[in-house]
Amino acid sequence: MIEIIDLKKSFNVKVVLDGVDLAIEDGKTTVIIGRSGVGKSVLIKHIVGLLKPDSGKILVDGKDITKMGEREFTEVLKRFGMLFQGAALFDSMTVAGNVGFPLKEHTDLADKDIRGIVTEKLRRVGLVGVEDMMPADLSGGMKKRVGLARAIVMDPEIVLFDEPTTGLDPIMSDSIANLMSETQKALKTTYIAITHDIALTYKIADMVAMIYEGKIIEHGAVEEMKKNANPVLRQFLAGSAQGPIKVY
Amino acid sequence: MRELFERLGRMAVTAVTVTGNMFLILAQAVYFIFIPPYKLRNIVKQMEFVGVKSLFVVILTGSFTGMVLAMQSFNALKRFGAESLVGPTVALSMARELGPVLTALMVTGRAGSAMATELGTMRVTEQIDALYTMAINPVKYLITPRIVAGLSMLPILTVITDFVGVIGGYFVGVTLLNINPGVYIGRTVDFVNVDDIMYGVTKSFFFGLIITLVASYQGFYTTGGAEGVGRAATNAVVVGCVLILVSDYILTSIMF
Ligand SMILES: Nc1ncnc2c1ncn2[C@@H]1O[C@H](COP(=O)(O)OP(=O)(O)OP(=O)(O)O)[C@@H](O)[C@H]1O
Ligand SMILES: [Mg+2]
Repeated sequence: MIEIIDLKKSFNVKVVLDGVDLAIEDGKTTVIIGRSGVGKSVLIKHIVGLLKPDSGKILVDGKDITKMGEREFTEVLKRFGMLFQGAALFDSMTVAGNVGFPLKEHTDLADKDIRGIVTEKLRRVGLVGVEDMMPADLSGGMKKRVGLARAIVMDPEIVLFDEPTTGLDPIMSDSIANLMSETQKALKTTYIAITHDIALTYKIADMVAMIYEGKIIEHGAVEEMKKNANPVLRQFLAGSAQGPIKVY
Repeated sequence: MRELFERLGRMAVTAVTVTGNMFLILAQAVYFIFIPPYKLRNIVKQMEFVGVKSLFVVILTGSFTGMVLAMQSFNALKRFGAESLVGPTVALSMARELGPVLTALMVTGRAGSAMATELGTMRVTEQIDALYTMAINPVKYLITPRIVAGLSMLPILTVITDFVGVIGGYFVGVTLLNINPGVYIGRTVDFVNVDDIMYGVTKSFFFGLIITLVASYQGFYTTGGAEGVGRAATNAVVVGCVLILVSDYILTSIMF
């Protein structure tokens, strides 16, 4: 269980997170939605320690990761997988090198066994025969899927997805959504995805949280959220320019 | 007036932050040299990048510098009727000063800028963040191997520069300036000893550290997209070269 308690973060004078409270349940997919630029990536980067909060806590199984020493936090990180918004593949390595990298660094598996796992994970994300390609030669959708394979290669307990479908065509988005549901259900992993893709949200979410003006304004099961009367949430889910959310 | 003080104050703060961060990175990188598991593959790769790939440019600069030195020193020494001292003059200048400094400047231009570009690109495309979230310490994985490569390869490259410089000087002195080969070699051996070479090699350790540390630092802390990467590469070269020349003066006055 991950609990975010009164998390605050500003950059210079710009307040991005203004007291975020959110409890993320184990074994479910929680989707955090919000407009571009509200601080979704900033929030997810706090969970993996890439950013330090100005104040507030992030508890993973009851322990505050913001106060952990490096060694202890490294052990926590080994339970996480993360898909970056831009995939963040290592461009000096092949696809197989990228996907197998965590295994090579953290396990004693032989190269042959790593290769086997890599091929299996790549097949899972719908990629066959790309092992020896370089990331620069892949399309955006392929990069995302390689990033996804790399994020799940260690079978982490918690996987974070920063906009898994942004920039992909609708068919590819749908296939990524299917893939996420399948892998999540197969391993009962905790998935946290941030997105402004409503179709993806409906497809994969067990829980939905909406971030608006630095706070989580609504949080609940996806079916409840569909019925929720909060005008901000309604406007966002409907994708309308009319409503309380100001369009700059 | 107040504005001036504020500007100066901000500059001072920046300078202190930069120096502080650099020493922090250095301390971490050096610490990880002694902590297994060793990233041997990365180290070898960086050694190849810094060392082997700089060979050509270093040999070129070394030999031409040696040749020019022979001509210039011949011109000067002729006035005292001491043409026979061209050999030791070339060898001493190369070993004590030009070998280490020129090698360092060339490697900065070639490897320092490339290092900053590579690390800067990794930073702005979140590859460094990705390493971190995979529970890999990016300093250990990326910077330690580069610093080890700088520390080990610069002395070797410097000795090679010295060597080809002396060969270049010999070639010009003997074939073009008609100095007796026996005299040329004899005088060189008489006047130049191992201490002179070690003196230059000692400098090159520091230069190897400076080049890789500055480039790593600039790349590692890149902000601002593609433009930032370009700035990191430029800074790696400019700051690297300036620090090499300044530290050369300091080292020379300490070891004088
Ligand atoms: N390192 C940083 N320094 C300064 N400002 C930052 C930094 N990181 C993020 N911000 C600011 O924080 C705000 C939120 O950024 P964030 O990347 O979290 O948005 P987002 O919700 O992920 O948007 P998108 O959906 O477009 O990815 C932005 O206004 C951004 O300018
Ligand atoms: Mg984002």
